[in-house]
Amino acid sequence: MSSIKDIQNEIVDEFSMFDDWMQRYEYMIELGKSLPLIAEEHKTDSNIIKGCQSRVWLHADLKDEKIVFTADSDAIITKGIIAILIRAFSGQSPKDILDADTGFIDEIGLKEHLSPTRANGLVSMIKQLKLYAVAYQTQISE
Amino acid sequence: MKNLSTEHISFDVDQVRADFPILNRMVNGHKLVYFDNAATSQTPQQVIDTIADYYSKYNANIHRGVHSLSQEATDRYEESRKTIQRHINAEKAHELIFTSGTTHSINIIASGFATILKPGDEIIVSATSHHSNIVPWQMMCEKTGAQLKVLPMDDEGELILEDFENLLNDKTKLVLIEHVSNALGTINPIKWIIDKAHEYGAAVLVDGAQACPHIIPDMRELDVDFYVISGHKMCGPTGIGALYGKEDWLNALPPYQGGGEMISEVTFEKTTYAELPHKFEAGTPNVCGAIALGRAVDYMNDLGFENIAGYETELLNHATKQLLEIDGLRIYGPIRGKAPVISFNIEGIHPYDIGTILDKLGIAVRTGHHCAQPIMDFYKIPGTVRASFSFYNTIEEIDRFIEAVKKARAMLS
Repeated sequence: MSSIKDIQNEIVDEFSMFDDWMQRYEYMIELGKSLPLIAEEHKTDSNIIKGCQSRVWLHADLKDEKIVFTADSDAIITKGIIAILIRAFSGQSPKDILDADTGFIDEIGLKEHLSPTRANGLVSMIKQLKLYAVAYQTQISE
Repeated sequence: MKNLSTEHISFDVDQVRADFPILNRMVNGHKLVYFDNAATSQTPQQVIDTIADYYSKYNANIHRGVHSLSQEATDRYEESRKTIQRHINAEKAHELIFTSGTTHSINIIASGFATILKPGDEIIVSATSHHSNIVPWQMMCEKTGAQLKVLPMDDEGELILEDFENLLNDKTKLVLIEHVSNALGTINPIKWIIDKAHEYGAAVLVDGAQACPHIIPDMRELDVDFYVISGHKMCGPTGIGALYGKEDWLNALPPYQGGGEMISEVTFEKTTYAELPHKFEAGTPNVCGAIALGRAVDYMNDLGFENIAGYETELLNHATKQLLEIDGLRIYGPIRGKAPVISFNIEGIHPYDIGTILDKLGIAVRTGHHCAQPIMDFYKIPGTVRASFSFYNTIEEIDRFIEAVKKARAMLS
């Protein structure tokens, strides 16, 4: 498995091929459509992250000391960004997830979606990703 | 709202647009198309100048000063109250209270009714209300034991008036209704509702926030008990609004906040309250905002509300016709005879996604539940895209918007 940083660089490279925002968005929407869906049994109210407008579901499992994230959203653009975040963070160790930042989202021109005042649930989602990492980290070290 | 045939309209939109500097700005590389007017309207230079004038020439605390600046500020503040009084045809200037906006106004009334309502009393609230006319009353009902009864809506976004007659009874103390629905644009028959409510001795509070940018409400003709408006929906600044209440009602309600300005005499044993309107204007008010709101009302009257409504109806009809041609697009609420607001969705696409693409194309719309979740629950949708037009918008802007919606649909489906 590549490191989070390597995956993030890979994503930045992919997005650098596009000339304008429309192509970037179209690609992101495609990624959203191909996002492995969260299992229906995990699409519960307790896994829901409430943004003001779009809903995000996030579930995490620990497999061989790595966290596997699955997620979904009812808005496709939100889902596209989730797909990107999951690609970077899923299958990584709790410690690496905790140490990683999300600056690459700026680099691929999607910064506006991660503004703390943006009502799309993504900022809360990243917080939730990190909280899972804290929880599993504690579990592993016990 | 009157439906005017276009030949009666004297409206030079290019000239009007020159009054709004913000309309020249670029957003994401495109010239701004501002279709979020139902959330906040833009501000003409005349109002911006009034604000700058206030702070550069006569900024002072009002009512208590002996000096010239204070007198000048007081005069302008009170003049503005009279401007609004004349505009909505209230009998007395002191029936108008300056507030921070509609939410503040409603909370003043709700808090006053806490001393009047008893367990078992009933309040009727329209199903299409903004949250600001629901939540304060739920809080009040918890306190007093009064009950909130919902006047339901139908599929077309109209209130079911037959049900209103069934809901009314001698326990009904208050009816809460919006003149124009913010989420759907429906214009409610408030005169009929007020008259019916009065037959049962119930008072009526009308939320006029969405009506005032388009219609002149006539307090005496309506015979309404309370009517509330927001400045920032009608070319005024944010943080200012007005509460109209019949004199007898305002005298009957206790003050909302204690402090300076609202007192007559204070001793540690007892304080007597000031006369209206000061009883409800505790503390230093938003002097600049109140004066600027008066200027905004004058500005709109200079354009003429009939001209405004006529032109906006043209914009609405042009947009509606083209939107309905888009495959899978549904408009919620009435199609015609409403305020210039279109709430819509496209089948299979989340409103947030459409709003995001439109923003990338420089077009500002609202997406979400528009602070009217019960309406969204009624239609079983997470929200809508809401485009709301104002008299400074153009047919060309609508055409750009239609193209952008089509582009968004192609990208997102």
